[in-house]
Amino acid sequence: MIKTDALIIGAGPTGLFTAHQLKLIGLNCEIVDNLDKIGGQCIELYPDKPIYDIPAIPECTGEELTNNLLEQLKPFNIKFHLGERVDELTKDNEKWKVKTSKGTEFETPNVIIAGGVGSFEPRKFSPKECEQFENKTILYSIKDKKIFDGKTVSIFGGGDSALDWALELSKTSKVNLIHRRDEFRAAQATVDKVKELSNAGKINLITNSQLKTVSGNGKLEEIEIENDNKETKKLKTDFVLGFFGLIMQLGPIANWGLNLNKKTVEVDTEKFETNQKGIYAVGDICNYPGKLKLILSGFHEGALAARACFKLARPNEKYRFEFTTSSKTIKNRLGVKSD
Amino acid sequence: MAKITYIENNGTSHTVDVAEGLTVMEGAVQNNIPGIDADCGGGMACATCHVYVKDEWFDRINKKSEGEDDMIDQAYEPKKNSRLSCQIQVSSEIDGLEVHLPEKQI
Repeated sequence: MIKTDALIIGAGPTGLFTAHQLKLIGLNCEIVDNLDKIGGQCIELYPDKPIYDIPAIPECTGEELTNNLLEQLKPFNIKFHLGERVDELTKDNEKWKVKTSKGTEFETPNVIIAGGVGSFEPRKFSPKECEQFENKTILYSIKDKKIFDGKTVSIFGGGDSALDWALELSKTSKVNLIHRRDEFRAAQATVDKVKELSNAGKINLITNSQLKTVSGNGKLEEIEIENDNKETKKLKTDFVLGFFGLIMQLGPIANWGLNLNKKTVEVDTEKFETNQKGIYAVGDICNYPGKLKLILSGFHEGALAARACFKLARPNEKYRFEFTTSSKTIKNRLGVKSD
Repeated sequence: MAKITYIENNGTSHTVDVAEGLTVMEGAVQNNIPGIDADCGGGMACATCHVYVKDEWFDRINKKSEGEDDMIDQAYEPKKNSRLSCQIQVSSEIDGLEVHLPEKQI
C-alpha cells in the first residue's frame, strides 16, 4: 500500500504540471497512466504537431512540450506508474483507496483526475464473432512473438505497428497483411520493404479489404475478408492481429459516483473538486461553465486543485502562498540557490 | 446558413441550420446531435466524428485533408465514403447535405 498526499491519474501535460504544483507547495504525489509512456494525448496523438498557444512558448510540438514539462519536474523525482489503469476507487474513512489494473494500491486523501478523454485502449475488430477469440488468437498487441513461429498470422492495419510486425513476423511465420485502402501511413522505408517482400511472395499483401467475419470450432481457423466491390475471400489463419490505433474511453471513471456530463466530470472552479470530497478533475476531462479545452487551462486548474489538496493532506497546517522568485522554502525544494 | 441533415444509424434524422464557416462536426456538437463524439475537438487527432457521405454528396463537399485517411483507418467500420466531419466545411454550396452516422464512434 503506497501512501501519498495526492494521486494523479493521467500523465499528460495537465497531470505533469499539477505534480509540479503539488511538489512546489511541499506535498508528495505519484502519477498513474494507462499508456506505457508519459505525455498523454500530446505524445500519443500529435507528438510532431506544432502547438502555438502555450503561454511564452511561441511554437513547440507535443513531444517538446512533454519533454519540457519533465525537465521542469526534474528536481522532484516523481514516481510514475505507467501501463496501469486505475480501476477501483473506494472511500475508507477520510482517505481514498485506489487500486490499479496491475494491483498497485494507494491510500491518499486526494485524487486528481487529469485523464483527458479517458484511457487509451486499442480499437477492436467490429464483427461480434471476434470476441470469443480475443486475447487468445485475436490480439491487439504482442507480448511474446514466439507464439507465432511457423503459424499463419493475418495482420490488419496500415500504420507502423501493422507493417513493422508484418516485416518482423514474415521471418518466421506466414503473413497475410490486410488493409482497407492501398495507401499506408507507415514510414516510407517500411512501406517499401513490405512491397518488396510482397513482390517476392514473402508477405501476402491484400489491400482495399476489411475483415468480415472469423470462424473456427473452439479455436480460430478461418477469416473472411471483403473488398470494396463486396467480393469476399476466405483465408486459413492461426492468429489475427489488429492494429487500428487507440481509442479513448472514459472507462472505470464512469463508475466512481462522480457527476458526469457526457464524457466529462463536473467540477467547481475554486478547487476543481468534483461532487466527491478529495476528488478533483483538471484538464480536458473536467467541465464547468466556460470551460476551454486548452492545455493552458489545464495548468491553471491543476495549480488550484493542488492548493485544495493541501488542506486535506496537512489538516493541521496553514497553507501559505509564496512566489518561486522569492521563497527560500520553494527554492530549497527546487534545489536552487537562494540569494 | 446551410441545412445539414444528420442521420443516425437507427434512421433517426436531424436537420439543423449550420452557419457558414463552421464544420459539419461543429454543427452536430452545437445542436447536440447524438452520435458525433468529436473527442479531440476538431484537431483531426481522433476519429470520433466519423460520418458516411453518399456518392451524390461525396464529390460536392471539400476534398479530404492531408492525413484524414490516416485517421479514418482508425475509425469504427470505415468505408470508401467515410469522412471526418470536422474536416467538412459548411458553405451555402452544400446546403441540403446529408451525412450518415456509423453505429458508434468508439
